[in-house]
Formats: sequence, C-alpha cells, structure tokens
Amino acid sequence: MLEIMEGSHAVAEAVGRCRPQVIAAYPITPQTHIVEALADMAANCEIDADYITVESEFSALSACLGASAAGSRVYSATTSQGLALMFEVCFNCAGMRLPVVMSIVNRAMGAPLSIWNDQQDSISLRDSGWLQLYAEDNQEATDLHYLAYKVAEDHRILLPSFVCFDGFILSHTYEPVDTLTQEQADSYLPPFRPYQRLDAADPVSFGLFASPDYYMEFRYAIDQALDKARSVIPEAGKEFNEMFGRDYSGLVEEYRLDDADVAIVAMGSICGTVKDAIDEMRDAGKRVGLLKIRCFRPFPHKEVRKALSGVTTVAVLDKNVSLGSRGAAALEVRDALYGSGVSVQGYIIGLGGRDVRKRDIASVVAKAEAGEGDIYYGLRQEVLR
Amino acid sequence: MAMGLGCTARPGRSRENKTGSWRVFRPVFVHEKCTRCGMCTTVCPEGCIMEDEEGLPVTDYDYCKGCGLCAEECPSEAVEMTKEEK
Repeated sequence: MLEIMEGSHAVAEAVGRCRPQVIAAYPITPQTHIVEALADMAANCEIDADYITVESEFSALSACLGASAAGSRVYSATTSQGLALMFEVCFNCAGMRLPVVMSIVNRAMGAPLSIWNDQQDSISLRDSGWLQLYAEDNQEATDLHYLAYKVAEDHRILLPSFVCFDGFILSHTYEPVDTLTQEQADSYLPPFRPYQRLDAADPVSFGLFASPDYYMEFRYAIDQALDKARSVIPEAGKEFNEMFGRDYSGLVEEYRLDDADVAIVAMGSICGTVKDAIDEMRDAGKRVGLLKIRCFRPFPHKEVRKALSGVTTVAVLDKNVSLGSRGAAALEVRDALYGSGVSVQGYIIGLGGRDVRKRDIASVVAKAEAGEGDIYYGLRQEVLR
Repeated sequence: MAMGLGCTARPGRSRENKTGSWRVFRPVFVHEKCTRCGMCTTVCPEGCIMEDEEGLPVTDYDYCKGCGLCAEECPSEAVEMTKEEK
C-alpha cells in the first residue's frame, strides 16, 4: 500500500520488516531519523530487536560485528563523519565475512563542516570489501534493504553491505512509498542462517592473525565473493521483481539509452533530475540517455561496457572526488571502456549539498560534446579568489 | 596457520604460528660460562627458554623472536647474539 512517508521513516519501516535481532547506533551529528524510529519500534515491542545504545559510531559497528558473529541479523545506520569513525571496523566486518547491513545516508565529509549531501562518505570506503548499493528514490532505498540482507547473508557471498541514499534529498523528503507487509517481507527474506557463529559450546575464533604466507589469499577470497555478487544481486533482484513487481535485477539501469549519442552516468538521487533533463533534451532533438549505477561495489564493468558500447561520448557525474585524482565513478567507467574509443569525460558535481538542476545537466552534456571534461562543474570563481 | 572463511580457527591453533621466523639475531647459549642462575628463563618475554635436567638453558627456536633480552640480562655474559642465517 502506498503511503506518504519521510525517507528515513520509510527505511526504518523496511528495516523493521527485515527482523533485525540487534540494532546498535549512536546519535552523532549528523544522524538521521532511521535509528530514532527504530528505537521507538523496539521500545514499543513492534520489533523483536535488542537495541544497543553505544558511546560512539566505532562502538556501534563493533557491537554489530560481535552480534553478527554470534549469529544475529544486525543493523546500523550512519552518515559522513560517523562512517569515518567506523573505518577500521568496516574492514574487519568484511574480513570476518559478517553480513552486516548498514544504511549510509550520504553526506559530505568535513572539513569544512557540512551536513549536506554528497557521496564522499561511502565512496571513501569503496576498498573495504562491503557491497555498495545506491538508491535513486525512497522506494528504491527501502527495497534495497531487503535485497541487501538477502545477498549479504547468501552463503556464496557472506559480505557486509551498505545501502546508500542521499542525505536530505531522500532521507528528509516525503514521497509515496510502498512498504512490504511483514508476510511479504518474510516470504522474500528467510531468517538469518549463519555460516558459522560464536558459541561457547563449540568455540571458534574470528579475525585471526595471518602471516605474509596467508594474508593475500584472504583478500583475494573477498574479491572472489564480490565477483560472485555480480550474479547473485541480479538473481535476488529478479526474485524481488517476480514477487512485488519492482525490478532491481540490474547492477545498472538504462534510461533512453538505446539510440543515444551521449550517455550520462550517475548514481543516487541525481538520476531523477538527469531523467527529467534527458526528456527535455530529447524533446529538443538531442539523443541523450542515462546509465544509472545501482551497484558500485562490486563495480559492473562488463554491464557498463555493454550498455555504453553504442555511444560516442560519456559524461560521468561524481558527487565525490578522489582528491589528487578524479571522481570515483569516472575512473571506473574509463576503466570499463578502455580501448573502446568512447570519449569519457568526468564531472565533479554537487559537492557539499550544492544543487544540481536540469540546466546543469544540459550544460554538462554540452561540455562533454565539446570535449571539455575532468573538471569540477560549477565552481564559483568569486569564492576561489 | 591455515584459517577458515572469515579468518576463523578452532581453539589451540596459535602454536602453529612459528613466530621464530621473525628472528634476525639468534641467541646462542655458552654453557661453559653459564652459572644456571635462571635469569634468562625469567626474563624471556616469550617463555621459550627452558632448563634441561642439568639446569642449563635450552631455547625453543620455533618461537624465539631474537629480542636479545636474555643476552642483555645474563650476569655471566653467557648468551651470544649471532646473525641469523637462512
């Protein structure tokens, strides 16, 4: 049933339907209404979860790590600086192959202090071994949580997963969202079946020491599991579509790309704006399309190459920057298209919550066609001085 | 030590990590100078210097990291640190 809800509350509802057994969170600024709503649900016995209030974000994810190793389905949510504080634990969750699911409400990293949206926080953890899914709207943001648990807990994968959606633009915006009923959620997502767990009667240690003779193989094994996710995610997305009629079977999603000369590549809520801008450009006779990246880790190189093989120019929008290099998605897309002859231009855009409007998208397309790329779009010269 | 998925292992496996492979200098005990005071056994941070039936020090080189504390503390200067050759 469609209900008008704030993004954070819609996600909290969906997370509740996933039946997490342990939730740990810290109310650092910035936090979101997700864990606030879940705290209410736990206190009102609407969900059967142990809600652990901890003293920092580092402890929040550490508590999740321990609870997951003990065999519980766990959840946390964080954003920007909070995620930064979890950095070490993120790598450990992946290394110990614990299927923690965490919402990342994407916001800019300080300094300067900012509470507004870009995707620098989760992108900065791209090498940690977590799956990274990005949502375009609140419907997708809620649905991806069911999918994330399903994939993360799959014994072929056993990796933690971020579900990323844009701070404020989605998290604080009211949209109609169709939340699954508990019966629907249960029929899609079975109870967590741990591969192995901490048990005093049958002891096992997690996350041990590896000498140089053993370390590399464990990193390789994570990479292999991420590679498997390239087929397990579409499998889980297809099943979701068959049951509920919303299709997340693609690691990428195409919009009016079939006969396009120029393709825009983007992630997250900006895709909505891009679609509207494309409709206007199409009306004006320009053949422009969008390739939305839903899954950034694992990165779908093959799917990107296939989807963009017919275009002449690609403009990649990055709400992040690998300082000293380029935008993260631009680097990946250029890698995917290496040797294809397609011109790939990167645009750092909308950092720290700066609005990206339809006319900005049109302007990016014009720049890409003129070969003017690998730039920060919309810099204010008067501020730079 | 070989581990399972998630860097896991059953209890009692840490002995398989032969940390003696880290050693650069190897302590050699000169029994002729040794007074059997037991200082080396006491100060060894790895607990890998034992005494034989005659009270003379014997080292388990599988776990001796070559820190040199035994040589530093030996009152009789009966421990020589020699370059490890592999």
